[in-house]
Amino acid sequence: MSEQSIEITLTVNDIPHRLTVPVRRLLSDCLRHDLHLTGTHVGCEHGVCGACTVLVDGRPMRSCLLLAVSVDGSAITTVEGLAGPDGALSPVQRAFAECHALQCGFCTPGFLTTITAGLADNPDPSPDQARELIGGNLCRCTGYQNIVAAVLRAAELRREQA
Amino acid sequence: MTGKLVGQPIRRVEDPRLLTGHGRYLDDLGFDAAEVAVVRSPYAHARILDIDVSAALDVPGLLAIYTYEDLPGPLAEPLPLLIPHPALTHGRTQYALARDEVNYAGEAVVLVVAENRYLAEDAADRIAVEYEPLPPVVGVAAARAAERLVHQDVPGNVAARLAQEVGDAAAAIAAAPHRLRLDLSVERSASMPLEGRGVLARWDADANRLRLWTSTQTSTGVRAAVATKLGLEPGQVEVITPDVGGGFGVKIVHPWPEEVLVPFAARNLNRAVKFTEDRREHFISAAHERGQLQQIEVGFDDDGQILGLDVRFWHDNGAYIPYGLIVPIITSTQLLGPYKVANYRVVFDSLYTNTVIVTPYRGAGRPQGVYAMERTMDAIAAELGLDRAGVRAVNFIQPEEMPYDHGLIFQDGRPLVYDSGDYPALLAKLKALVDWDGWLEYQAAARAQGRRVGLGIACYVEGTGVGPYEGGHVLIDTSGRVKVATGLTSQGQGHQTAFAQIVADELGVPLADVEVTTGDTRRFPYAVGTFASRAAVMSGSAIALAARAAKAKILRVAAEALEADEGDLEIVAGQVQVKGAPATGIGLGTVAVLANPLRYAFDEASKAATQFAVGDPDAAPVPEDDEPGLEGRDYYSPIRSTFAAGMHAVVVETDPDTAEIRVLRYCVVHDCGTLINPMIVEGQVHGGVAQGVGGALYERMAYDSDGQLQNASFMDFLMPYVSEVPAGIEIDHLQTPSPLNPLGVKGAGEAGVIPSAAVFASAISDAEGFPITAMPISPSELFELRRRAAPPTEGDRS
Repeated sequence: MSEQSIEITLTVNDIPHRLTVPVRRLLSDCLRHDLHLTGTHVGCEHGVCGACTVLVDGRPMRSCLLLAVSVDGSAITTVEGLAGPDGALSPVQRAFAECHALQCGFCTPGFLTTITAGLADNPDPSPDQARELIGGNLCRCTGYQNIVAAVLRAAELRREQA
Repeated sequence: MTGKLVGQPIRRVEDPRLLTGHGRYLDDLGFDAAEVAVVRSPYAHARILDIDVSAALDVPGLLAIYTYEDLPGPLAEPLPLLIPHPALTHGRTQYALARDEVNYAGEAVVLVVAENRYLAEDAADRIAVEYEPLPPVVGVAAARAAERLVHQDVPGNVAARLAQEVGDAAAAIAAAPHRLRLDLSVERSASMPLEGRGVLARWDADANRLRLWTSTQTSTGVRAAVATKLGLEPGQVEVITPDVGGGFGVKIVHPWPEEVLVPFAARNLNRAVKFTEDRREHFISAAHERGQLQQIEVGFDDDGQILGLDVRFWHDNGAYIPYGLIVPIITSTQLLGPYKVANYRVVFDSLYTNTVIVTPYRGAGRPQGVYAMERTMDAIAAELGLDRAGVRAVNFIQPEEMPYDHGLIFQDGRPLVYDSGDYPALLAKLKALVDWDGWLEYQAAARAQGRRVGLGIACYVEGTGVGPYEGGHVLIDTSGRVKVATGLTSQGQGHQTAFAQIVADELGVPLADVEVTTGDTRRFPYAVGTFASRAAVMSGSAIALAARAAKAKILRVAAEALEADEGDLEIVAGQVQVKGAPATGIGLGTVAVLANPLRYAFDEASKAATQFAVGDPDAAPVPEDDEPGLEGRDYYSPIRSTFAAGMHAVVVETDPDTAEIRVLRYCVVHDCGTLINPMIVEGQVHGGVAQGVGGALYERMAYDSDGQLQNASFMDFLMPYVSEVPAGIEIDHLQTPSPLNPLGVKGAGEAGVIPSAAVFASAISDAEGFPITAMPISPSELFELRRRAAPPTEGDRS
């Protein structure tokens, strides 16, 4: 009954890691329990809530639905990797603080990664597009009002920063 | 108090940590811990015949397997009935691990501990439990019919029957010129925080102490319960609440089976042990709320004034009743809302079913009570052909009648007396906000275009800040920083910010110098918990009082040092100075040094405090009646709750073909007394409204007749995404300060969700022209109601 393990390489927030993981290890568990990057949260374990969203080679993906071995060689960005090297908050993070777009903060990392990728695709979303952008993430605290506002504010901050 | 920060939309001090992935939630702790998996009953009602663990024993990484037989002493007794009540004649609670019988699908039967969760689940899968299934009782109607029993020794499935009456409802109804009867129902929903339950235990064998982290709404409650169950003294147990990923009520229940089993295993194995609940477990083994059947009889006069009200309801409490009668008592009392009802009788039965337990979920029985009362108001208006807002207005308690005594007993065992409020002013604000007077014209215009639109209204009063007490501790350290602690816990309400605002104002220090700790029994061992919209009222008040005590000492010590009169001193930006003379100032850190005369010096600041450096050589270094250190501690314990109020209006449009229900506008007027941080209060309202939309239109617990929860996942239990909530929530505030506490605050946490079922039922009725009596309501149910209201005639589309 011993588990089969495989050696993989993951570059997480620009730092390469060589890991030996059981083949059934979820990427979310690998990030959290093997790399101790606990900012990525697990809310439903079946890809519905979006709390575990990370960027895999720049694209938002649900780390609870990925096996760690399936992303061998990929570059992954977690919420810990969104701030600048000097620790300065990213436009999306700043917008969340300004707009009170988080309460308990548990779902927040998944929103931040999703919105970061979304604004890279569409730097100037309309209010409807902002709602669409976060349409696959669940939040039980905020009622989404301030998260939509934060998407729009983050777009402004990105433009100011550019 | 100058009030520089209280009342301002200060950005939250919690956020930088949470936004960068540096929050510390339960499962972020204890990387070295062994993990548990729980074997849960697949049956809603069954006898356990045999448990065979032999196939699990060779699973790698297995550390222990526990069944009921392994539980010693108090751990083998049923879990506590937390809130007893004389009417709760047949209280039953579950065992930490099932003994002989299971009463809901999901009940814990076996605990497995292994090196990690994967391996623990491997072992759990190999454990064979043999059951003899018994017929289950599912739903309030089945429980009431009592053809089957959940517990053989509980006749009629009735855990409790409670009656309260003021005046003579039956006589008043009989004598009234108009009478109506309503039959209503509300289904189950659940708190459903994004983070489930979780607990981590470390047993320190050298110190003979337990340290427990748990995702809870009451660390002190867990501490007392765990100490009792494990045969420890409370002083041997520390409970720390880390960041909590949402609570909404479900995490006030304690101790959960896992909260006592995990520390038991940790002590047994002398190893850190952790439980992290998965989502399916949360659906089938945490708690639900809301399910009730209600019958209402009302008598009223030509103006719609209620003369007598008789309410009978049946409350589904699930398989066990650890939290007592809190939810149905709140329904039965808060039902009255802002209205005067001179003759009121209410009788409820709290009934067992073979389903997950029912304990408070945000609103805690109020949504059901408000739904009953507001459906009644609409029915009266319809019967008399009167304006719905007008009928409400003639029944309002008037501001000059405050404090208003309803003559009933509230959930805290105290008389139901409203402290303050101005309901006519709230209604005027709501009517202006939603343009009530322009509605009929708008609706007629929409109808002319073939559109169905409806306007709903619902009013509520919410008892907040329920006792018995909370405490606060304010300590100024020698760096001048202010450390604040209170015992109740936080689950996203921004307490670290709001409480810091209070202290910064009271002491005259910058917000950045104030640090707040909540829910850690090491820092503050006396507390009740975070529920019933009580944190701002209770701990906010206690912290304000503690800060005042600390300030008195600051001024006393500084007056001596500055050779000035206390009354001539002020604190500005963390400096104590003679009023208007900043040059005279000394920092709070220095005052803290002076407040603690030392024998030993360990740094530059402490050198200044040694007994050779300070003090009158002819006086005691610490005077009689004083104590060393610069701190204040105080408690707030009000006579009774303070009563917030609000009114919501919603405009919906229903699709003429598909019966889809769309929210066009959502308006809230709200009075929670003094606002500490309006940004946080509005956030609470937004979140409550979204949960209310979910509860009114989407969420329900879909049990089948076997007691299996068919929708136990986020895929099937329809929690609102952004696409389901209104694009804007229009909010207006009234601030009627509470006379009961030093800040004038009332609770705000539950306001957004309380009137939802009522306001949506009101709006959909208005759009469709027939009463809505069962909530939540889906498009297919509305479609069916339309067919029943107007049977299709030949030639209609099928």
